[in-house]
Amino acid sequence: MILSPLARERFAYRRSRARRSTLVALASTVVFAGAVVVAVTSAPGWPRVQETFLDVRIGWESLPAIAAGLWLNVRVLVVAELGVLVLGLLIAVLRTLRGPVFFPLRALATGYVDLFRGVPLLIALYLIGFGLPALRLQGVPNDTAVLGTITLILIYSAYVAEVFRAGIESVHPSQRAAARSLGLSYRQSMRLVILPQAVRRVLPPLLNDFVALQKDVGLISVLGAVDAIRAAQIASARSFDFTPYVVAALLFVLLAVPTGRIADAVAARASRRQGLA
Amino acid sequence: MISSFTVRRVLVAAAVVLSAAACAPEPAAPPAGAGPSCEPGALPTLTAGTLTFGTDQPVYPPWYLDDDPASGKGFESAVAYAIADGLGYPRDKVTWVRVPFNASIQPGPKSYDLNLTEFSITPERAQAVDFSAPYYDVKQAVVALETGPAANAASIAELKTAKLGAQVGTTSYQAIIDQIAPASEPAVFNTNDDAKLALSNGQVDAIVVDLPTAFYITSAELEGAKIVGQLPLGGGTPEQFGAVLDKDSPLTACVSTVIEKLRSDGTLAELERQWLASAETAPELR
Repeated sequence: MILSPLARERFAYRRSRARRSTLVALASTVVFAGAVVVAVTSAPGWPRVQETFLDVRIGWESLPAIAAGLWLNVRVLVVAELGVLVLGLLIAVLRTLRGPVFFPLRALATGYVDLFRGVPLLIALYLIGFGLPALRLQGVPNDTAVLGTITLILIYSAYVAEVFRAGIESVHPSQRAAARSLGLSYRQSMRLVILPQAVRRVLPPLLNDFVALQKDVGLISVLGAVDAIRAAQIASARSFDFTPYVVAALLFVLLAVPTGRIADAVAARASRRQGLA
Repeated sequence: MISSFTVRRVLVAAAVVLSAAACAPEPAAPPAGAGPSCEPGALPTLTAGTLTFGTDQPVYPPWYLDDDPASGKGFESAVAYAIADGLGYPRDKVTWVRVPFNASIQPGPKSYDLNLTEFSITPERAQAVDFSAPYYDVKQAVVALETGPAANAASIAELKTAKLGAQVGTTSYQAIIDQIAPASEPAVFNTNDDAKLALSNGQVDAIVVDLPTAFYITSAELEGAKIVGQLPLGGGTPEQFGAVLDKDSPLTACVSTVIEKLRSDGTLAELERQWLASAETAPELR
């Protein structure tokens, strides 16, 4: 590629400007970070804060227990997420059924969403986690992790049902009309035409709910199961030191990073497809 | 080439950041004199002239009755007023604040002068807060339902297969881990209320609490619950409750002196008799 002298000059000028702004950005970042570090570490209470929140020895000692707790979080998360997707989609489909004959189903689904979106998760955990076993019925699970997972599925499927419903209703009516005029039944047009488009549109909010669920799993510890947060609490009570909480927080952030990357990848793929369409 | 104009802008920005970040440090407490003076009613407390006690919410009998620490009813409430009296603060000069567990032990300035919430003294904890002299020697006990699988355990070995529970952050939980070492992971609850609920639901076979609490649960709170037995002391050192004060608090020495005096003149023993059941009636598990 042959460049005219003028273009070369322009090119060089642009490069030097870019270099300069990079340097300025770097300098201001260093200065800012330095200022924050100096301000924090020169505070009179800093040694005390360092001991209480950043004690490497205590953090290291608490790590195995917290990691074991996190394994419970991950297992509950996977099961709950699958349950939430299935139940949420089912309720969304029920809510969008047409025809007067389906009114009771629609009303039921609407009532379900209103109830479980309204109940605070913590209270639902107490009612289900301590209430169901109190009935002393045969076949009712007694395992706290199972009861906690059931509660999470009930609450979160109400949120996710609304997300799916928004997706279903955002598909243009002409799509449904076209599908039906091709001779597809209601069920086929739903399965082959409407739902694929609906789900693709609501992937970002779905992933958002997934991250929220990731952190709310920790609440099942009120029933007695020891998850990462509870393990941190136990370690922290032993030494009156908060470092285990910091360790647990870091682990949770590490857990959330892949989810964020997946969300970005999905969004990028969607925009590519939009561009090609 | 970076122009001087840019340099000036960076410097200005840095100055702004620095001045914003450099918040004025809090005024330091006046240096304590040589040795505690413990002048009655005139200690360097949080609010001059009053003594502020901290405790959790809720608090449980027999330590505090009716979740009301200011009533003077319950062992710790009575001890608190005895301490206040010894320091020269009559009842009307005593206030209570309710602080959850984590807020009691955070490193910043405390919202109380001293905190009585069944805090067990351990060397590890003593690195983060000040403990007063101990005011109660505590034992841990196992509580189960009379109809439950753990009701007739006569030894610690028989409890190893049971599903056990305790409140989070307690030495009761530590006692399960250290002294019983059960096969399955113990359940951990936010409060003793949740632990009692899980016990009556059959979600756990037995819970571990301190002995006075165990007596209270079995006599007044849970139908059909019994004390299976006391746990032996872990590591041979007696477990003791002490008041928690801020690290290097100027009051620690004075409070400890008063508690020692209450112990030597028999006040503590009398309050124990008044509020806590005697420990001799629960069998010791081996």
